[in-house]
Amino acid sequence: MDNIIELKGLKKAFDGNGVLKDINLTVKKGENVVVIGKSGAGKSVTIKCIVRMIDPDEGSVKVFGKEVQEMNDDELRELRIKTGFLFQSGALYDSMTVRENLAFPLERVLKIKDENEIEERSKEVLEAVGLSDAIDKMPADLSGGMRKRMGLARTIIVRPEIMLYDEPTTGLDTITSREISELIMKVHKQYKTTSIIITHDMACAKITADRIVVMEDGQLIAEGTYGDLQRSEDELIRAFFK
Amino acid sequence: METSSGIRNAIEKIGEEGLFLTSFIKNTFKKGFEWNEFLRQCYKIGYMSLGIVLLTGFILGFVLTLQSLPTLKTFGAENFTPNMVSVSVIREIGPVITALICAGKIASGIGAELGSMKVSEQIDAMEVSGANPMQYLVVTKILACILMIPLLTILADGVAFLGGFVGINLNGGMNGLLYFRKTFQALSFTDLYPAVIKTFFFGFIIGFVGCYKGFNSNKGTESVGLAANAAVVTASVWIIIVDAIAVQLTSTLVYN
Repeated sequence: MDNIIELKGLKKAFDGNGVLKDINLTVKKGENVVVIGKSGAGKSVTIKCIVRMIDPDEGSVKVFGKEVQEMNDDELRELRIKTGFLFQSGALYDSMTVRENLAFPLERVLKIKDENEIEERSKEVLEAVGLSDAIDKMPADLSGGMRKRMGLARTIIVRPEIMLYDEPTTGLDTITSREISELIMKVHKQYKTTSIIITHDMACAKITADRIVVMEDGQLIAEGTYGDLQRSEDELIRAFFK
Repeated sequence: METSSGIRNAIEKIGEEGLFLTSFIKNTFKKGFEWNEFLRQCYKIGYMSLGIVLLTGFILGFVLTLQSLPTLKTFGAENFTPNMVSVSVIREIGPVITALICAGKIASGIGAELGSMKVSEQIDAMEVSGANPMQYLVVTKILACILMIPLLTILADGVAFLGGFVGINLNGGMNGLLYFRKTFQALSFTDLYPAVIKTFFFGFIIGFVGCYKGFNSNKGTESVGLAANAAVVTASVWIIIVDAIAVQLTSTLVYN
């Protein structure tokens, strides 16, 4: 399998505090990698470097074989279209209806003007996330779980090849968390995406991960399958599974 | 030590504002102008501010007339009240008061809207999806302000004359035809165009400051309020500074 994402020697500090200290990670095409770690370990900063929302101080970020730091505006835009990013909050545009939220990336990113195509694709993704009835609702009318689903629908509507999930189940009850985790797998199979999933939720990691990497204080300290890490001799790693 | 870091911060801030301005100019002329959003912003900024601007304009003319009448009466010059009110309103009070009212209503609204979008990661989501938040959110708002503030000022000026007419008729009385003839006789083109030109700058200040403060607010709910507050204060101060410069320039170049 080809490496889709390659992070080498990634370092980042904010106000002198090192958040990333030599991160090395590769993700292969079609792979689901779950990153677990305590709050402040640098998980979100890592995935933000992949789409250049944050510039690393040192190191290399290669996506689809291209150095992200060297991309010009058009190349970066193309990368961002191919890379879906699901924010923790869903980040729905709250002044727009669900329909307008879905049409926004189609009209402005893919430059689709045909209203029938926009309608068809909107219905397709809403069906995929189980929100077919919500098309005319405002984001404020949606529950936490629905907002996450809706955020996912808006992300996959442009059919990205890579999905980056920033704590997709945080703040949700156990049942809804499980539904979102299963939805991540459904999206993975239906759209054949490569994913990095940042989470604290081990149930989510168990459902979604091909491989789990553990981050601690800006470094990757362990890597393996769910079973491997559960049996780890390192107490710090085993603590995540308790 | 503190002074040097203060100077460095100030220079960094000016640099950031310069970059934001450059990005605004670049995105204004970029392909794919957001016409629908621009028209929506014109409606929101222009039409939705009409009530408060017209009310303020009316009261302005009314109060100015009531305040001027006794003094002018002392010199037996009460007949010149419409002349005085019209020149004051058109040259100075109309544009500045309308701009300050709009700074309070519009700049704070823009600052709060963009600030909350920043806090809830909506701007990040737009950017990371490959869309252009600068073109969609900032360019449309600033251009709508540049277009709407002059129009609102002209309407406020017109209603201020009406307020003056009501004021003068509650304190002595003057025929409507005579009042408006005197009002317009006192005005010349050189009163009007410098005043209109400066309102375009006021519009730019309101839009730019509101967008800059909102777009660059920190993450956290408190920062939304701070962005709105900073937008009003900064825009108001800049309106007064630009007005002083405009008055000085007009006095030197037009009235001399």
